[in-house]
Amino acid sequence: MSIDLSQFHQVFFEESFEGLDSMEGGLLDLNPDDFDVETINTIFRAAHSIKGGAGTFGFQVVADFTHVVETLLDEIRAGSRALEASHVDLLLRSVDCLRELMQALQDGDEPEMSPANDLQGQFEAVLAGEAPSESSSSEVDASSLDVQLESTSEESSDNAGVSEESKGYWAIYFKPDSDVLRTGNEPVRMFRELEALGEFRSQAVVCDVPEFNQLEPEACYLSWNITVAGGTREEVDEVFEWVIDESELSIRWVDGAPSEADLGISADEPASAEAEETAEETPQAVEESEETVDQTSEPEAEPQVSASVVPEVKAAESKSSKKAASKSSQETTTSIRVGIDKIDSLINMVGELVITQSMLGQLGANFDMNKLVRLQEGLAQLEHNTRELQESVMRIRMLPISFTFSRFPRLVRDLSKLMDKKIDLVLLGENTELDKTVMEKIGDPMVHLVRNSLDHGIEKPEERIAAGKPETGTITLNAFHQGGNIVIQIIDDGKGLNKERILSKAIERGLVSESDRLSDDQINELIFHAGFSTAEQISDISGRGVGMDVVRRNIQELNGTVEVESTEGVGSTFTIRLPLTLAILDGQLVRVGEEVFILPLVSIIESLQVDQSMINNVGGQNEVLRLRDEYVPIVKLHELLHVEPDNYELENGLLVVVEADNSKVGLFVDDLLAQQQVVIKSLEQNYQKVDGISGATILGDGKVALIVDISGVLKIANQNKARTLPGDHQAA
Amino acid sequence: MSEQALSNTGNAASAEDMENSLGSHDAATDQFLTFIMANEEYGVDILSVQEIRGWEAATPIPNSPDFVKGVINLRGTIVPIIDLRLRFGLEQVEYSPVTVVIVLKVTTDKGNKVIGIVVDAVSDVYSLTADDMRHPPEMGDQVNTTFIKGLADVQGKMVILLNIDELLNLKEMPDVDAIKNMIHD
Repeated sequence: MSIDLSQFHQVFFEESFEGLDSMEGGLLDLNPDDFDVETINTIFRAAHSIKGGAGTFGFQVVADFTHVVETLLDEIRAGSRALEASHVDLLLRSVDCLRELMQALQDGDEPEMSPANDLQGQFEAVLAGEAPSESSSSEVDASSLDVQLESTSEESSDNAGVSEESKGYWAIYFKPDSDVLRTGNEPVRMFRELEALGEFRSQAVVCDVPEFNQLEPEACYLSWNITVAGGTREEVDEVFEWVIDESELSIRWVDGAPSEADLGISADEPASAEAEETAEETPQAVEESEETVDQTSEPEAEPQVSASVVPEVKAAESKSSKKAASKSSQETTTSIRVGIDKIDSLINMVGELVITQSMLGQLGANFDMNKLVRLQEGLAQLEHNTRELQESVMRIRMLPISFTFSRFPRLVRDLSKLMDKKIDLVLLGENTELDKTVMEKIGDPMVHLVRNSLDHGIEKPEERIAAGKPETGTITLNAFHQGGNIVIQIIDDGKGLNKERILSKAIERGLVSESDRLSDDQINELIFHAGFSTAEQISDISGRGVGMDVVRRNIQELNGTVEVESTEGVGSTFTIRLPLTLAILDGQLVRVGEEVFILPLVSIIESLQVDQSMINNVGGQNEVLRLRDEYVPIVKLHELLHVEPDNYELENGLLVVVEADNSKVGLFVDDLLAQQQVVIKSLEQNYQKVDGISGATILGDGKVALIVDISGVLKIANQNKARTLPGDHQAA
Repeated sequence: MSEQALSNTGNAASAEDMENSLGSHDAATDQFLTFIMANEEYGVDILSVQEIRGWEAATPIPNSPDFVKGVINLRGTIVPIIDLRLRFGLEQVEYSPVTVVIVLKVTTDKGNKVIGIVVDAVSDVYSLTADDMRHPPEMGDQVNTTFIKGLADVQGKMVILLNIDELLNLKEMPDVDAIKNMIHD
């Protein structure tokens, strides 16, 4: 009878979060003095569908809270209330609050209600305080708000407050068309909405239920007598809005307390006495009456009756199913929305692949050497198809970076207000696509960089005017593709990095010595060191000195880099470079003995054959390569990875100079093989993390090759050195 | 000769036992795949066996214990291969054409893993009930027996039923000689 709604919860949450995002976006666009009605409509629609969904799925707290938000929006939309800046703030905060509520519900936690109740109070104050001109509509507001308060309290069916205020009730007779269930209008849902209006009682009229063998499972044979002690006529009408044309409906107002007579229970029905005793206990009672009336119809009719007559039971059910759903939602993985064009191109590609396959199959069935050319052509086509297919599949994981960018307008708006700065945010290249996993991980570092630009970069308006700049500062977020990488820039036109302060701080912290001569770039680099902050005042926003090093580390974990360029007085530019995807890596295959390893191409600077004259021994053991004006320590890969190499002499092998964590190292290998893109496979999935190895891949011959984690290898090399050094070498 | 006779009667008895147990409580029967290693027969729950394949060269993993032979490509998944002989501290033998890899699904605290174990040869599949299994005897603190699910007597032969989840999770090596002594005592 009832569909298990919990299976749709995940979709509801995803859609609601999207709705909240669009509400937020709309609100940020709103200018109280001059706004577009369409924007208000968008916000209103988003709020409305969240409310509707929450109601359907039994998330009453969300539905109730959204209702007040919607009420305010509706008044603004209808023009009966002027939009003020305070409203926008209030609405933005309500978006945050809703997001938290739903996050809690999604995780299966009990949502923290105090901020929601707080905000709700403020909404009510706004709605009640400056009453709009029409007195009638203000009454509507007041009463609806009372109901709202009522339903958020623990027991929504507790009617003490409502009946005190309105001594009377709505007597409703509702006889839907037998098609009502098929059209998707679930009476239970309507009853739940009615329930929110005030004390709710209902009695199903079952006399139309046919013989068992004539029952249609999808048809509704029931009608209901309902009393609702509370709500306005408009609210009651709204509940039935969708079914009014397809049902027999009478609604009338009766003064006084609801009596059982209004439920239309006739005395000659055997179970009526029981039903009267406690309205809440009706399911069994009615079922019993069912049994006595018509034994044969019992199995089919029972669920329908029990489901529709007593919403309380449903509510309890949905609570338990909500718990179950939240558990399952923790197990379900997140989903992504993929554009239909990408799916279409994928299907086309698979179609071509199938054609190529059948062509090759035919060729193979009766092959002779005359057909060699056609075979080669076929294989070339197969390669082409495969590559295109791979690219299309990869594209599925790609999302436009606007998903990450979209959180910044809000952040900049709030922070600039907090700091009394005037800041414009410019977003460029929002449609640049990158891998979903990369996107998820780049969000936090970017937030950090933007906050830094806001706090340290952009000056206060008076300073800016004094410096001859426009009063309003600009922060630009720019994203674009550059040769297999995605580049994200965070550009501000603030005061730039103060090189002297950075340098003096670095000397104070002992990061550099006073005698060091550093280039501008090297000085700028210093801000990425751990524990480095030049903020004069530690604020909420930044300046605690944890940050830039974390930013760099996070980005390096994604195989990316971050750089800063800065001109004092003109501004700074942070440039993040990231690989387009984490699933594929450009690799250089190297051979050590019989094993093949893969070095990430991004970290390779150069490869060279060395001559003994280029090698110096520092402290006896540590070989160092003189590379132009630099000295690069040499690490023998076979020693670290315990492989039997072909050569032990440096002259006979090759050195691959790699860079990681800002230091260069020459890796000694036997031979360089091909350069190719490799698909990264996890070692941890079935085994465990291996030091110095970031993953594995499968080569063309089906063999497994390990991918070297450059910074991990360097760490091992340093540890080994530390182990061998103490004692003899240090003394020497 | 007398030994032969003994084992024969044992055989008959256990076969009868098995039939009885099969007939009486069908649902409680578990099937075990057994394999041979150093003349001992070991059994694993057949439901944890994903497939059995011949030995093929694996890519060694640097800085890993010597019982980890490396990783292989199992239709696109990277699967580590563990030599159970080395894992048990037994003498290593040359891999031969009958050397097989049993690919197992293992439940660990970090989720399900697929791991291959190298054994000398695959033996048989037995249906055993809970009644057929004996608890491993207490062996004192110095021997870790958590990886033994139980001992079973099948046609007069002792089969050591392994708790594969524990075995491949275990950090320290079980002392096989001690277990052997215990089994034969």
